[in-house]
Amino acid sequence: MEKYFTRMGDGRAVFMSLDEIKADVQEGVDDAAKRGKIPPLTKSEIDHIVDIITMDGVVVGVRQGDQVVGSTDQGSETLDLVCGIPIDRIIQAQIYERGFGLDSSDFGFTDYNFKAVKSVASFEASYMEKALEGTVMPLLYGGMPNLGFYTKPDGPVENWAELLPLAKIDEALAAQEQAVEMAVHDIVYVAEQMDAVGSDGINLDTAGAAGDADFLATLMATEEIKRRFPNQGVEIGMAGEFVLGMHGRLKYKGERLAGLYPHKQVALAEMAGATVFGAVVNTNTSKSFPWNIARVCTFIKETVKEAGHIAVHANVGMGVGGIPMCEVIPCDAVSRADKALIEITRLDGL
Amino acid sequence: MGGIKTAGDLVFRMQLLKGMRIGEAKKYVADKLGVTEFDLCDSSVMAEIRNDLGLGVQMPSDCAPTGISAKMRIERALDIRINSVGVFEKKAGINLGR
Repeated sequence: MEKYFTRMGDGRAVFMSLDEIKADVQEGVDDAAKRGKIPPLTKSEIDHIVDIITMDGVVVGVRQGDQVVGSTDQGSETLDLVCGIPIDRIIQAQIYERGFGLDSSDFGFTDYNFKAVKSVASFEASYMEKALEGTVMPLLYGGMPNLGFYTKPDGPVENWAELLPLAKIDEALAAQEQAVEMAVHDIVYVAEQMDAVGSDGINLDTAGAAGDADFLATLMATEEIKRRFPNQGVEIGMAGEFVLGMHGRLKYKGERLAGLYPHKQVALAEMAGATVFGAVVNTNTSKSFPWNIARVCTFIKETVKEAGHIAVHANVGMGVGGIPMCEVIPCDAVSRADKALIEITRLDGL
Repeated sequence: MGGIKTAGDLVFRMQLLKGMRIGEAKKYVADKLGVTEFDLCDSSVMAEIRNDLGLGVQMPSDCAPTGISAKMRIERALDIRINSVGVFEKKAGINLGR
C-alpha cells in the first residue's frame, strides 16, 4: 500500500496510507464541528484537503490570481531578534518590502507589549516615523495587550492566578477588571503617539492571551482608537482559538467573552471597529497534520462566513493554523496549510 | 501576494483602511489602476504599471519614487489618504488640499 509523507503536529515526519489520512481528516473536521457547534466541511472540501496533503512536490501553491495578502506580528524585528543579524528595525522594514516582497509589516519594540512601550513611546514613534518615510507598504505598530504584565510584582495589580487557588474570587475578579482599565489606557496612549507620526495601523497581537479580560481590553482599546483616530486601521490577532474564562463574567456588547471560538470572536472584533482579524486555531502536537489542517479549515471557513466588513487573516505560524509546533517550520506543511486555507475557506489573508 | 512586486501592498492597504474583504479590495485596486484582478498578482504586469505610475517598485532605478514620494502617488491612484503622507505634508508646510 502506498504511503504518503506528512507530519505530526510536533513536526516529526510520518508516512501514512490514504485511508489513514482520510480518517484523520474526517476526525479533525468532526472535532471542530463538535467543539465549535458549527457545520462540518462538505465531502468535496474534505476530498480537496486529502488531495492537497497527498500532492506531489515539497511546496504546493494556489492557482495564479488566487493569491491573498499577508500581515505579520513582530515583523520588523525578526531578522535581528530571531535570526541574530544585527540590523536596525528601520532597515529591516525596507528589506521586508523590497527584498522579500511582503505585503505589509508591523513595527514593534523588543519587549513586544504596550505596557513596556509606554515609557519609551515617544522614542518608538520617532523610529516609526523614519520607517514610514522609507517604505511604501502599510506599516503597523504592533504589540501585545499582555494583561499578565499588570500583576505584582512587575505591575500594580494583585495576581489573579495566585488569588484564584486561594478561593479569593472577588479579589481575583477585581484585579482583572483593574488591569483592563490600565491596559486600555496604555494601548491608546501608544496609539496616539503612533497616529501623530502617521502609522497606517495598530496591531493588537496575541489578544486574549491572559483570558477574557485580555480580550476585553483589546476590544475596548480598539473602540477607543477608532473613535479618536478613525484613519488608523486596527488588526486584532488572537492568542489562541478559545478565550479562556479567567474572569468568566466579562461581556462586550452583551456577549460573554469566555469560551468564544474564532467564528464568534470575529463579530466582536468587527463591532469594536477592527479592520483585520487574525483568527487562531491551535495545533495539537500529538495529532497528524491531516487532522490539524482539517480542523483549522472547518473553524476558519465558519469565521470567514461570519465576518462582515472585516478582513480575516488566519494565523499560520509555529503551533497555529495547522503548522507544526517546531522551531524551524517545514515549508511542505506551510504551503499545504496556506493552499487549503485559501481554496477551502476563501479567507482574506494570512 | 508579493507586496510591491505585485499589488499586494495596495490590496492590503484597502483591507486595513476600510476592512474590505479580499475580493472587494482586489476589485477596488484593479479598477483604480485600470487592470484586471488577475493582473494584480502578476509581477511582470505590475512592475510596468507601478513604474509608469511611480507607485514604488522592488528595484527603484533612475530616481524612481520610493517611500513617501511613492505613497503620495498611491494616494492619488487609489483615491485614499495615507496617514504618513499627511504628517509629512504638515511638517513640510505643504498644503495639497487635504
